[in-house]
Amino acid sequence: MQPRSRTHRRAADATIRVIMVPAALIGIAVLAWILWEVIVRGVGAITPAFFTELPTPPGMEGGGLGNAILGTALMTLAATVLGAPIGLLAGIFLAEFGPSSRIATAVRFTTNLLMGTPSIIIGIFVYAILVLPIGHFSGWAGAAALATLILPVVMRTTEDMLNLVPDELRESGLALGAPRWRVTLGIIFRAAKTGLVTGVLLAVARVSGETAPLLFTALNSFYWPQSFGEPTANLTVTIFNYAMSPYSDWQQKAWGASLLITVSVLVVAVLARFVIKDRKGRAA
Amino acid sequence: MVERYAIAPGAPGNASRDQSRPDAIFKWLTAGCSMVVILIMAGILFELVRNSGMALKEFGFSFLTSDAWNPGMGEFGAASSVYGTLVSTAIAMVIAVPLSIIIAVFLVEVARPRVSRFIGGAIELLAAVPSIIYGMWGLFVFAALMQNHVQPFLGNRLGALPLFQGPPMGIGMLTAGLILALMVLPFITAVTRDVLMMVPPVLKESAHGVGSTMWEAVRFVSLKYGRRGIVGAVFLGFGRALGETMAVTFVIGNSHRISASLFSAGNTIASSLANEFNEASEPIYLSSLFALALVLFGITLAFQTIAHHWVARMQRIEAGDR
Amino acid sequence: MMAVEERALVQPPSEVATQRPGEIEDAATLPAKVTVRNLNFFYGGQQALYDNSISIPALRVTAVIGPSGCGKSTHIRVYNRIFELYRSHRAEGIVEIDGENVLSPSTDLLKLRKKVGMIFQRPTPFPMSIFDNIAYGVKLHYRASRSEITDRVEDALKRGALWEEVRGKLSEPATALSGGQQQRLCIARAIAVEPELILMDEPCSAIDPVATSKIEDLIEILRDSYTVVLVTHNMQQAARVSDFTAFFYKGHIVEFGATKKIFTNPENRQTEDYITGRFG
Repeated sequence: MQPRSRTHRRAADATIRVIMVPAALIGIAVLAWILWEVIVRGVGAITPAFFTELPTPPGMEGGGLGNAILGTALMTLAATVLGAPIGLLAGIFLAEFGPSSRIATAVRFTTNLLMGTPSIIIGIFVYAILVLPIGHFSGWAGAAALATLILPVVMRTTEDMLNLVPDELRESGLALGAPRWRVTLGIIFRAAKTGLVTGVLLAVARVSGETAPLLFTALNSFYWPQSFGEPTANLTVTIFNYAMSPYSDWQQKAWGASLLITVSVLVVAVLARFVIKDRKGRAA
Repeated sequence: MVERYAIAPGAPGNASRDQSRPDAIFKWLTAGCSMVVILIMAGILFELVRNSGMALKEFGFSFLTSDAWNPGMGEFGAASSVYGTLVSTAIAMVIAVPLSIIIAVFLVEVARPRVSRFIGGAIELLAAVPSIIYGMWGLFVFAALMQNHVQPFLGNRLGALPLFQGPPMGIGMLTAGLILALMVLPFITAVTRDVLMMVPPVLKESAHGVGSTMWEAVRFVSLKYGRRGIVGAVFLGFGRALGETMAVTFVIGNSHRISASLFSAGNTIASSLANEFNEASEPIYLSSLFALALVLFGITLAFQTIAHHWVARMQRIEAGDR
Repeated sequence: MMAVEERALVQPPSEVATQRPGEIEDAATLPAKVTVRNLNFFYGGQQALYDNSISIPALRVTAVIGPSGCGKSTHIRVYNRIFELYRSHRAEGIVEIDGENVLSPSTDLLKLRKKVGMIFQRPTPFPMSIFDNIAYGVKLHYRASRSEITDRVEDALKRGALWEEVRGKLSEPATALSGGQQQRLCIARAIAVEPELILMDEPCSAIDPVATSKIEDLIEILRDSYTVVLVTHNMQQAARVSDFTAFFYKGHIVEFGATKKIFTNPENRQTEDYITGRFG
């Protein structure tokens, strides 16, 4: 047998090491670049008027996106109220009754499928059931579409967090003679509270930056959201519309909205990750 | 693990039967909530099929193979959209997967702990950035870079290949593929990094102890050890790229022609839906868009199911005869 | 260096039954495989080895004993520089294997680690088939045809006393083997690259007693072809299997000598206390 050249082996190793560093720097470089552009191009649009005023007619300078900000906030809130409780309860089922249940296996698989379904298809689905029959776009449809996105994520994080709670805690509660539902809601839930809340927060953060599900449900509007029964202004669709427009004022507002969304989403994501990592470390 | 059926609600002979009523309600309530996902998925399938009925009846199987897209004349075909979806995703995966693995190896095996945490954190933040932001950046910033530097460079050097012919427009299939790669990369990197960190140190020491270089140990031992997690992540990234909408819509150019060149504009199913759904005036137009959505839904469903079984099979193989 | 037959002649008749040629040898008369001089080792700012100096005799089994945390694993991990995988670990001093200082920057690490094999506390089968596990090292260091590799694998498995148990299932995952078999696999894997020195870091600590005795039998056979250094927590094992023993305490080498002597008539009080179980 001929010995293999150690020089060749070292050379291959060295080549990979050389490629690695720029490859990794691409990661930071892109993030830094994106954040930089968003900040630089968007900060000019951030004025008090941005938060308080309505959009002006196309081509006219001034105005703001107060309606869109409010609309996004309201719809996200509605979606959370709609989707999170169902997600929490479903997650409880998966964690507490799940391990030997065939329904639970099917549900888990389906949840994965739902999470992997493109959000634009969710939007089209909600359009088919909440817009077509009613005849017009609405904030409810938008909230429903967002809720559909929140649901599976909250289910997953709830199941994970509840599974971290040691079985001994369950046994102690049951051994005291407490009924199952009391043990779960009163003791287990409380033990996993922080993790559950951050799971919801993470889902909300993700969903507040979504555009596609709102395109055919809430559409958009130039007016303050009066009722959820009509098209509702929101930041993400506004960005889409404004960015594609030929008006530089609108484009700058799109950047301003992008900055606002990016900052909120990143802040929540960072906070949530911190808490979840800490929780997993403590429970381990 | 404790059998979590300590109390069987309503079981005959259960002394605390009075207590079991609320428990039974509780169990059925939570079970009901968990079935909501199944209802939703079934609903999606139902509505997509129902609303695309007109188009499917009109065009039949040729809907999938025809690249015609003529709203004025009522001619619609999915071919260009399917082509664009697959090509842009392929570009994204071919670039993102090797890059992700190399970055993950760097973070785990080579980088100093502080550097690794910093870059790792940056990558995780990238994963949280909403796709419309990628779209904005892609259209207003990245496209300019592509048009002024990257595309002319590729056109000059590799212009003999039909892949890189045509005028540099900045937007187009290649740009869309690259933006997708940037979106998929953080996720695959994060999972691969987590997987590599779980390789037991003694295993790595064994590989080195027998005389491996760092790369040999990673390639033949560490990556093999975590291959199930990595494959799963790659599948997930692929699935995400297939359905990605906003980033692609901004930069792909919305053209329903199939072209060999990566510089030309194109469309994906998702981008067509985003661009045209609200403009569809005729019922046949809308129905065709529903049909497109059904095709995308079918592709992602099929893909996810294959991925699930592949990974499950890997798990069985790994378990061996134990 | 005495041949096997000569050693047998020198044994007093009453000890033929125990077959311990090492009992009466003086380490100084044997060629040294490893010569350590003034070795100090640091985990970051914390010193773990203090001025270690020792000569490991070639083609013998040297046991390294001592209480937990005394530095015995740390010490042998310097021989193949495996500690360098960890940034904050640092070794200063001289460690010569066959006369060459392996701590010098110009040492070819890949060559060193081919020459020095290491077995760990837990069995570490690679996530591949039994065949691929053994073939791994061979393919790393050699350009070989399929049949050459197959021969090597068979040879290594025979030397590792595992061939008969796995010959029909070489393509199965190595992780399907029992713990004891996995550890013998690791030994065979190390042997396959033709080392001269084999370091064993408490190789039986995760193995059941039956498998342990199989490995101890194996070590006896290995002595004929390799120099073996065996770190062990189990004093009976050290007494059974080794020719020489080094006693470590808190990072220092307290005593080194023929195993029989260390266990029956140690020179150092601390050694005696440890051997008799006064502290563990």
